[in-house]
Amino acid sequence: MNEDGNGRPVTDELATGGVAARSPVGEAPGGPYPIGLMAILATAAMLFAAFTAALLVRRTGGDWARVELPPIVWVNAALLLASSAAVELGRRAVRRGALPLAAPRLATGGILGALFLAGQILAWRALAARGGFLPTNPYAAFFYMLSAVHGVHVLGGLGGLGWTLRRTIQGAYSPARHTGLTHAAIFWHFVGGVWIYLLVVLSTL
Amino acid sequence: MSATHQTGSFWTRYVFSTDHKVIGKQYFLTAVVMAVIGTGLSVLIRLQVSWPQDTWPFLQKIFPGLYEDGVLLPEHYLSLVTMHGTLMIFFVISFALVSGFGNFIIPLHIGARDMAYAFLNMLSYWTIVPACILMVASFFVPDGAAAAGWTAYPPLSALKEAVPGSGLGQTLWLLAMALFIVSFTMGSLNFVTTILNLRTRGMSMFRMPLTVWTLLIASILGILAFPALTAAAIMLLLDRHGGTSFFLPDGLVLGGAVLSHSGGTPLLFQHLFWFLGHPEVYVLVLPAIGIAFDVVAAFGRRPVFGYRTSVWALIVIAVLSMIVWGHHMYTSGMNPYLGEYFTIVTVAITVPFAVLGLNLIASLWRAEIRLRTAMLFALALVAAIGIGGLGGLWLGTATSDMYLHDSYFVVGHFHFMIGTVTFFGVFAATYYWYPKMFGRLMDETLGKIHFWLTVPGIFLAFVAMHYLGLGGHLRRVYDPTAYDYAQPIQWLNVPISIALFVATAAQIVFLVNFFRSLFHKERAGPNPWNAATLEWTAPSPPPHLNWTELPVVHRGPYDYRVDGAPEGYWPQTAPPPAAAQAVR
Amino acid sequence: MSHRRQTVEVVALVLLFLGITTLTVVGFATDWMPPVASQHGAGVDEVIRYLLLTTGAVLVIGTLAMVGFLWQYGRGRPARSPQTSPRAERWWSLIPVIGMALIAEAGVLVKGLPVWAQVYGAPPPDALVLEVTAQQFEWIVRYPGKDGTFGRTDPALVEGAANPAGLDANDPAALDDVVARGTLHLPVGRTVYLRLGSRDVLHSFSIPAFRVKQDVVPGIIGGTQFVPTKPGRYEIACAELCGMAHYRMRGRIIVHSPEEYAQWLSEQVGFFQ
Repeated sequence: MNEDGNGRPVTDELATGGVAARSPVGEAPGGPYPIGLMAILATAAMLFAAFTAALLVRRTGGDWARVELPPIVWVNAALLLASSAAVELGRRAVRRGALPLAAPRLATGGILGALFLAGQILAWRALAARGGFLPTNPYAAFFYMLSAVHGVHVLGGLGGLGWTLRRTIQGAYSPARHTGLTHAAIFWHFVGGVWIYLLVVLSTL
Repeated sequence: MSATHQTGSFWTRYVFSTDHKVIGKQYFLTAVVMAVIGTGLSVLIRLQVSWPQDTWPFLQKIFPGLYEDGVLLPEHYLSLVTMHGTLMIFFVISFALVSGFGNFIIPLHIGARDMAYAFLNMLSYWTIVPACILMVASFFVPDGAAAAGWTAYPPLSALKEAVPGSGLGQTLWLLAMALFIVSFTMGSLNFVTTILNLRTRGMSMFRMPLTVWTLLIASILGILAFPALTAAAIMLLLDRHGGTSFFLPDGLVLGGAVLSHSGGTPLLFQHLFWFLGHPEVYVLVLPAIGIAFDVVAAFGRRPVFGYRTSVWALIVIAVLSMIVWGHHMYTSGMNPYLGEYFTIVTVAITVPFAVLGLNLIASLWRAEIRLRTAMLFALALVAAIGIGGLGGLWLGTATSDMYLHDSYFVVGHFHFMIGTVTFFGVFAATYYWYPKMFGRLMDETLGKIHFWLTVPGIFLAFVAMHYLGLGGHLRRVYDPTAYDYAQPIQWLNVPISIALFVATAAQIVFLVNFFRSLFHKERAGPNPWNAATLEWTAPSPPPHLNWTELPVVHRGPYDYRVDGAPEGYWPQTAPPPAAAQAVR
Repeated sequence: MSHRRQTVEVVALVLLFLGITTLTVVGFATDWMPPVASQHGAGVDEVIRYLLLTTGAVLVIGTLAMVGFLWQYGRGRPARSPQTSPRAERWWSLIPVIGMALIAEAGVLVKGLPVWAQVYGAPPPDALVLEVTAQQFEWIVRYPGKDGTFGRTDPALVEGAANPAGLDANDPAALDDVVARGTLHLPVGRTVYLRLGSRDVLHSFSIPAFRVKQDVVPGIIGGTQFVPTKPGRYEIACAELCGMAHYRMRGRIIVHSPEEYAQWLSEQVGFFQ
């Protein structure tokens, strides 16, 4: 068996084998389609679809009473959209070859994402101040639950962004090879898109 | 060539290994441990149901929490039933068949060195370890393990006043299931990516063994269906601990008080649960069928009959499986028009299943059958699909289900599909792939004894459960003799239990064979069965990263006795003879 | 493996599969069900008979094929080339496709759904409307009384034996409601429509002899209807896990001739009277 200097087997063209990616949103191992990413997006989409179905059913209950969402919710949404923009600009910088621009943009995206999460906690407090409590108001209950589940996905996305930031700083990406960054970015945009979708659902239903 | 291992310490090679073969074995051994627990529960259940008036002072000594004055307490009986179902479905069959054999065999079947995400694979195994611990721990909390059935319907599962197990036991159950779902999703992701992206050169989709097809489909179903249960579990936890009312309506009276919940509906949980629940059973059954095809081909020495039509049938089953969940809810109080819809699509599933059945049986035509133990279990599996699948039509037809719902007919049916088809799939896979996994052969004589002690009893018991159901005997009943109309059929419970005890004891033969054979002096060669699929071109057991040079595929997976095959088969790596007609 | 040993094994397998199928078919054909005593119940039993014939036939054919192949090809003789063209395989698959589609869908559409529609259709205007409320672990039955109207109930008023239905004494319609615990009296030959409710968890109102089963869902007033066809005594069984005593959540149905029922009804006293 061929080994490299570290005693690790040399990988084949067609498979990455023992040196496969260490992150769930990592390098697509030698395949034409980002199947792993698509699977994650599919499963997350089904989760929010299930919650949507639950909301559609629950709102027919006699005690459904919409509470107006506190304004900070919309500020947070803007933050999340801005962070998607920053991450996307960072990705395009790598694609163009303008590598020094990438890290600051990705970092900005991550910081904005973290601010979003902090803002969501403030939103919970504001909602409670308006009398929207978990046990007594089903609309509020959905807000808390959906924002919490979404927040877990944001945390995961932040983890992915942090990992890509590290790789960017290490100089691992090139215009031809930056699949991990692309996938982390797509996941991040998906997470942002889900929140916009949830806000639309909560506002109109 | 000598076996090479992953570099690293004992911990990285055998405990936190990222090698799919080690992880597969870890899942399998975990399944064995959980199976001992799950089977033990079933013994206690059968003793109670068959002899409800008896006392069991001896059992009280072993399980002091469950019995009082020698009598099994009804609330604990419900915990036994709940945990038996939960453990067997998720922590035994899913672990052994899908995660265990799936992990071991997929890279070997498609010519890959490991799974696409080897580190994630290791994480997925170590996620279920705390899940197992939580489930087992739930037996030891003061009010006992969850007792609302493996289906956990609220309000029974939501209100701790409703049944003792709905206290801490149910919470632990929900947390353990959450971990299970995370783990299974990680695994499904890995399977799908690996199968679609890491096939070696020449391994087109229609040259994959049917085992791989079924595992691919099962993984896709898992990815799409499990989130519904995740959502339901989160909402149930909130109803239990957050005071919410997703599933709890107004005006509930328990313990003499009117509860403060309002506005929810229990039916929402049922829809979400079964949206997962139905595809879940195909996640378990389809890989067993895939394995049966592989084994029947290898030991019938002929190609599978209808490989392509089987692939299409599997795909149709998978698609249909996602739109039929309401057949678990015919009497639930849902809109009766939904009942009409669900019955029409549900009975349509028998069509692709009939294609699979025909193909399995026709794969014996012009065969040269070798009756090794793996083949015996595969044949028994085929028979079980027939009986179990046809019985499913009785339940899938809404009108007859009106009578049969929640009876022992259902219990018999699902024990056929999940307790028989899948279990025989596990056994067939074990006897077939043991030499590849451990480099030695299992003892054939012990294997045959295992088969003959297990199979007749299992068939008898679960067929007879259908009769109980026809007689109206209900499920989850602590004492069936409480109803007059059920007394004339109570006698059936006794032979059922005896047959099951014999079959249960027979598993000792299997376990002895399994563990003893690990130490056989004589080692198995790379291909003791002269089988054609790719795993048999690797050493037994394969080294870390499986092959020195990845195989290149030129043929389908079942080229036995075709095109003038030398030694009776063409391995997938053999070049097609120049003059052979293109059959695939 | 020696030829003789292989033959012995094949014989054993053939006997196993023939035996299991025989046991299955004979067992399923055995009359385990309690004698049917309702109108739509006869339709349910007909669907079951249809399924027995059709699935039984499929099982027998499949078993004979499998056993035949085992016998022919399992005793160690070399066999002819097993190559079949994909086209031939597709044609053969039409047999299970068409056969099973006909059996399955004909059963559902022709035999099954009409009975279903009967059960879930609107009850006739002269149906006897009664109310059954499920709670852990009994059935509370309510008759509307001479005024033919059900009085108001309130969960807060529920009190064990003192007021099992939670009747509101302030509602004049409630005064003559007749409340019973666990026993339902019915006249033969008349459609009965039961309003079904649950006070705590899911239960399921089932009468095996009538082929009636309807889950009782808290928060929903459901219903089921049937026509008793034979006077006698029958049992109500709870068919959805509802807690510790689910196994003995038993009720009774007594079906009278119309005259006897009228007599019985006239003897009942309103709850607050």
